[in-house]
Amino acid sequence: MTQAAQNAGMQVDQSDVTGEAKAGPDPHYNFAYLDEQTKRMIRRAILKGVAIPGYQVPFASREMPMPYGWGTGGVQVTASIIGPDDVLKVIDQGADDTTNAVSIRQFFVRTTDVETTTHTEEASIIQTRHRIPEQNLSEDQILVYQVPIPEPLRFLEPRESETRKMHALGEYGLMHVKLYEDIATHGHIATTYAYPVKVNGHYIMDPSPTPKFDNPKMHRMPALQLFGAGREKRIYAIPPHTAVYSLDFEDHPFEVQQWEQSCEICGAGDTFLDEVVTDDQGGRMFVCSDSDHCNRHQEAAE
Amino acid sequence: MIGADANGSGADSNAIAATSAGFDNPVLQSQAMYRNLLSAMAQPGRIISCDLSLEVPLPLWPTTAAAALTLLDFDTPLWLDPVAATVLPLSDYLRFHCGCPLVQASGNAAFAIISDPAELPPLNVFAAGTDEYPDRSATLLIQVERLDDSRGVILRGPGIESKQCFQAKGLPSGFWQQVQENHSGFPQGVDMIFCAQDRIAALPRSTQVEV
Repeated sequence: MTQAAQNAGMQVDQSDVTGEAKAGPDPHYNFAYLDEQTKRMIRRAILKGVAIPGYQVPFASREMPMPYGWGTGGVQVTASIIGPDDVLKVIDQGADDTTNAVSIRQFFVRTTDVETTTHTEEASIIQTRHRIPEQNLSEDQILVYQVPIPEPLRFLEPRESETRKMHALGEYGLMHVKLYEDIATHGHIATTYAYPVKVNGHYIMDPSPTPKFDNPKMHRMPALQLFGAGREKRIYAIPPHTAVYSLDFEDHPFEVQQWEQSCEICGAGDTFLDEVVTDDQGGRMFVCSDSDHCNRHQEAAE
Repeated sequence: MIGADANGSGADSNAIAATSAGFDNPVLQSQAMYRNLLSAMAQPGRIISCDLSLEVPLPLWPTTAAAALTLLDFDTPLWLDPVAATVLPLSDYLRFHCGCPLVQASGNAAFAIISDPAELPPLNVFAAGTDEYPDRSATLLIQVERLDDSRGVILRGPGIESKQCFQAKGLPSGFWQQVQENHSGFPQGVDMIFCAQDRIAALPRSTQVEV
C-alpha cells in the first residue's frame, strides 16, 4: 500500500511475463485462453443474465490455469468479452498491485496482449475482487466481479433445489430474519460485506464480498456489471442504470461504514479505508483501499 | 471430413462451394459482434451500429448472420420462420458454419431467426423458461428493415436511464401487446434482438413498454 509498492505494481504492469519484447498474444493459446465454443456458451449465459437482472445463470465453468478462489469466474467472463481494443484494469481489494490482480493482469496480457492500465477512467473493462472503484464509472465501461458464493441464501438454506424455489417464489423472508437477528443480537445490522441487495425489485442478489460501503455505488450505476462464480458455476448481471436496493428495515435503515480517521497517505475522508498494521507495538494506519484513487488524490493535492 | 468433401467431386462439393464464407477471423470478429450484442442487450432500444463485411445468403442480413455465427453452435437448437426454412442456401449456411440443429417445433428452439417480421409467430410459441430456470428461454433474432430510436413506443426498465423511444418497421399488429404480456411474465419470457442491415437493437423481457 505504500507509494513504493504501488510503483512496483506499475512496473510489473508494463513488463511481459516472458520478459521478451511483446509481439501479440502468446501464439500457444487461443485469444483470451478459452476455446471458441466455451466463449459462445459463456456469452449466451451473460446475455441471459443481462436480460434477467440478478438471476444466477448456470454455466459450464471450465478449469482455468489458476485455483478456484482466485477469480476463475471473473476471468472466464472477462475472457469471453475482451477484445484487442479493450483497456483492462484488474484490482484486488481496490489495489492494482496485489498478488491476485497482478497475476490476472499478466494472464490477460499474455493471452490477449491488450493494453492495461491502473487508471480507473481509462479502462474499458475492470475486473475486481471485492471492491468497486471509488471513482464513478461510465456507460462505456464494464465491471466484472469475481464471486466466491453467488447464492445469497446459501448459508441460510444449503439445498440448491430449495434456494432456487425461494428465488422463483420471491420467498425472501429468511433473509429478513437473518438481518433481524443481527439487530436482536447486536442492536444494528452487523452484516458488513456481501450485504444482500434486491435488483430491479425482483431478485435478491449477493454483490460478492464487497464491503457494504460499495453497495450504494451499484444503484443505477451507468456501467454494466457482470458477476462470475467459477467454482459455483454461475453468472449474473446488473444492466446499466438498474435499481439496486440494499435490504433494510424502516426503523433500521441501510447505512455504510464510516471512519473517524482519514486516509494517512492522501487525506481523503470519503473513501473506504484499510487498517494496516505497521509494527508489533500496536502501530497502525488507515489508508485508502482504492490505490488508484489514492494516487490521484495525492497528485491533486501536490 | 469437410475438407475431403470439398476436394472431392459430386453434389456435395457443389453444395459446399455455394455456401458463402463466414467470418474471415472468427475469433476477433465474433468477439466484436458479441460486444455489439451485449451493448444492445444491456441498453434496450438503443441502436448499435455494426461494422460488418459479410456475404450472406438472402434473405439473411449481415447483422443476423454475424449474430448467428457469434452465438450459435451444436448446443443451440435453431428455429427458422417458414419462409426462411425453405431457402436451402440459408439453412446450409447456418448448418455449415454454426453446426446448429434446426428444429421444426418453435417451443424447442434456443434461438429463432425471423427473416421477415411479417412471419413472426405469437411470442408465446417460444420457450419462456420456467420460474426456477428462466434462462432456458428463446432468443429471437428478428430482421427488420429499419430501426428508429427517436419515436415509437417508450421503453423503460433496466439498462435505460429514464426512457428510450423505439420503433422497428414492419412488426405485425398486436406485437407490442405481446411484448407487454412477455414482460408481465417476468422472469419468464423471450428476449429479442432486432437486426437491420447494419444496425441492431435489443428488447429483453425486463423492459416495460408504453405504447
